[in-house]
Amino acid sequence: MKALGYLRPGSVQEAVEAFAAHPGARYLAGGTNLVDLMKLGVESPAVLIDIGRLPLNTVEELPDGTLRAGATLRNSDLAAHPLVRDRYPVLSQALLAGASGQLRNAATTGGNLLQRTRCPYFQDLDKPCNKREPGSGCGALQGVHRDHAVFGHSVHCIATNPSDLAVALAALDARVELYGTEGTRCIPAADFHRLPGEHPERDTEIRPGELITGVLLPAAAAGVPSAYRKARDRASYAFALASVAVVLHVADGVVDRIALAFGGLAHRPWRAHHTETALLGAAATPAAFEGAVALELERAEPLRDNTYKVPLARNLALDVLNRLTPTPATL
Amino acid sequence: MTSENQLDPHSEITLRVNGKPHTLLVDHRRVLLDLLREDLDLTGSKKGCDHGQCGACTVLVGGRRLNSCLVLAVTLDGGEVTTIEGLIGDGEEPHPLQQAFLDRDAFQCGYCTPGQICSAVGMIAEAAAGHPSHVTDPAAPSGRPVPLDRPEIRERLSGNLCRCGAYPRIVEAVEDVIR
Repeated sequence: MKALGYLRPGSVQEAVEAFAAHPGARYLAGGTNLVDLMKLGVESPAVLIDIGRLPLNTVEELPDGTLRAGATLRNSDLAAHPLVRDRYPVLSQALLAGASGQLRNAATTGGNLLQRTRCPYFQDLDKPCNKREPGSGCGALQGVHRDHAVFGHSVHCIATNPSDLAVALAALDARVELYGTEGTRCIPAADFHRLPGEHPERDTEIRPGELITGVLLPAAAAGVPSAYRKARDRASYAFALASVAVVLHVADGVVDRIALAFGGLAHRPWRAHHTETALLGAAATPAAFEGAVALELERAEPLRDNTYKVPLARNLALDVLNRLTPTPATL
Repeated sequence: MTSENQLDPHSEITLRVNGKPHTLLVDHRRVLLDLLREDLDLTGSKKGCDHGQCGACTVLVGGRRLNSCLVLAVTLDGGEVTTIEGLIGDGEEPHPLQQAFLDRDAFQCGYCTPGQICSAVGMIAEAAAGHPSHVTDPAAPSGRPVPLDRPEIRERLSGNLCRCGAYPRIVEAVEDVIR
């Protein structure tokens, strides 16, 4: 690590101004990913702007029923918040499926969304990686890519996004709130992360110097049955091989609200629009779920060594869809 | 505005460690783990992976468990840290979890043990404060203490690896204390 300047601004405005004065800076909050990347040499900022103490650590209900979760809330506090647990169980479950108790006590809402891929080629300075060093090539393409993407990848990058939180936010139609020199703007969470295309070095739509100030959870999804399920190589404390976030409402046996997002399959959370379109208004039956999930997954483009992800994702999705469907006795 | 090369790479911070106040000039790159071990000679906290993957460096910051290898010391200015050395307090008696680990022989090489114990202290407080885990029934009422059965203990301590494989006795030691 090279010598580091350190600034601790007292407000969001001061933070953004500090970045404008130090364009090579990085914002630091929990540090669980950034400090690790600095140790690996993947990140080498000259200045850190510590936003960890900014007053963005609350959950507040806005007049229209939107729940606003602050950017510097620790993942453990967001997951445990009664309003989040009661209204958006998929969000709490996704957070709790990620990392460890120690890491969730440090990692923040904003940092979770900005964490980088855990692709081993990205983390190893001796290997080619277009995300870390544009133009150097992709070592994973013909290398070790069992954990990599089956949707939306390009010849330039086949990495996956590691966030569980982002998958739940995509399924909830949440928005990411940003603040920059031009003021506040919001981006739908499902569009916040990018596909790699020719520019895998850009993970998200965030602009240089912009700060995530919070995420907005829509009132329309509050209280709708939802759940997250994640498959990983060990029972706990590992990144997703595949995961699924589902928001499902069934009335009189018919699907009248459905959102399904996969994690671990792409460079961003993968909303299964083909599944959703097929299910909306359809009978909520195991057969309908199976057909609708197949419509999405038959479009997958698995790599040499990750074809297993397609049936894995299918099984996860069907399990959660069936679990969230009320049985006749409880209709 | 100052330019980057004018920013000092050091800061003076105050930190209360195991009840004792310290004023330290820290390099901004200094992580808490290295500060504890190298500047304060508190070598109970262990460096395993140094990347937040093993939990051997777990300490309590403001009462919450963290991986001290991933926390830059400068960010903790004014804060309060408890390490394995501080769990005993002023007395001679070991902390109940330390005693339980001894009674249950809950270690072999012992390298992960300080992290396991600090993690367990933090974890018990989290469950008492109503924090759910991955294995908590989603239908359980929020805001109430979560009972710690074996699956809960295992899941909540999954951030602490033991390469000797002493897990069954670690779980038993924690059970002894929460009973």
